[in-house]
Amino acid sequence: MNKIKTIDQAMEYIRDGMTVMIGGFMGIGTPELLIDAMIEKGVKDLTIIANDSGLPDRGVGRLIVNKQVKRIIASHIGLNPETGRQMNSGELIVDLVPQGTLAEQIRAGGAGIGGFLTETGIGTEIEEGKQKIQVNDKIYLLELPMKADVALIRASVIDKLGNVYYRGATRNFNPLIATAADIVIAAAEQVVEVGGIDPSDVMTPGIFVDMIVEGEK
Amino acid sequence: MDDTTAKQRIAKRAARELNDGDVVNLGIGLPTMVANYIPDDVHVILQSENGFVGLGPVPEPGCEDKDIVNAGGKCVTVKQGAAFFDSSVSFGIIRGGHVDTTILGALEVDEKGNLASHMVPGKMVPGMGGAMDLVSGAKKVIITMTHTSKGAPKILKKCTLPLTAAGQVNLIITELAVIEVTKDGLALKEIAPDTTIADILKSTDADVIISEELKVMEV
Repeated sequence: MNKIKTIDQAMEYIRDGMTVMIGGFMGIGTPELLIDAMIEKGVKDLTIIANDSGLPDRGVGRLIVNKQVKRIIASHIGLNPETGRQMNSGELIVDLVPQGTLAEQIRAGGAGIGGFLTETGIGTEIEEGKQKIQVNDKIYLLELPMKADVALIRASVIDKLGNVYYRGATRNFNPLIATAADIVIAAAEQVVEVGGIDPSDVMTPGIFVDMIVEGEK
Repeated sequence: MDDTTAKQRIAKRAARELNDGDVVNLGIGLPTMVANYIPDDVHVILQSENGFVGLGPVPEPGCEDKDIVNAGGKCVTVKQGAAFFDSSVSFGIIRGGHVDTTILGALEVDEKGNLASHMVPGKMVPGMGGAMDLVSGAKKVIITMTHTSKGAPKILKKCTLPLTAAGQVNLIITELAVIEVTKDGLALKEIAPDTTIADILKSTDADVIISEELKVMEV
């Protein structure tokens, strides 16, 4: 089982109209290598699920600037003015979700959980159209799980079986999305032999990772 | 008072609300400045919702680590004893009541402790980020903001902008006053030395109860 692929081999799995989860927080922990390749391939009409819409020249933001996205589900779009512009002109659908709810929806999607209850958003526009459930004396919103066709993660160190170590704050949404998509592609800063990462330091078990692409900066 | 002086005063006063050992989350902007004024004998653990506790100061130029950034995407340092985690754990910490205090900015706050901080429809729609989870989950929510915006009150009878959270604000700190949100309404607890109760009432578009223990704000 060889998980190391060329960027072209990996890109065969990303097609027009797909739902793609992308790791990172303001571009930190985003696999820029895979964004480069998606721009080069010109794949379009994507639904992106990510923490934020990056910056115009960084992370998910570059796909938006290049008009490859029809819908984005994110918690924050403020650092990329192009997202707001396309939203206001009707070119892009933006679904804003509280960050903790988004993280948990993805976790639930990957963990086989049918939904979860949270107080976040009670009394705000977020509760519109959602089921409310009372447990004892508290009222919660029912939030549903989220899944995707493909997840793109950024690994600081990965072994050839796909076991991932994320350095510093690059972890963020990466381990969550790695569990919640049909195909998981990791862009790696450093690839090591199997055994090169202590099993106790593995943050995403290799069973979740389908493909590894080398060359992430 | 110029904007910078006002913000420094607010940050300094807010820092005095923190207790030794507290886990604290500071919002971007004015709330971030609070870290500069925490007394030496008070050790708080700062959380950064993008995935760690133990947030330290901004690094010296040239010493930035590209993998260590705060929730605004800016390079920061971590202190000894810091811990990194994923976004699910980070918001488990927040929703689960493990954050003692969060200090955030606001566009509007009202008598019921409602907060509007994340959007102005048609003008500014950046998204709520982690703010909704923070104000719902933190044990204590402190709002730091200038008392008015271009002369217009920001403390209102009822928020006009879309709410970030309903009834979650505990304390409001401005350059003029410290106001507590109580079940009876807004209680004026402290007043800045260079203002008057009349001035505060004039720049506040809400009913204010003058606390019996009204004090002069230390600035």
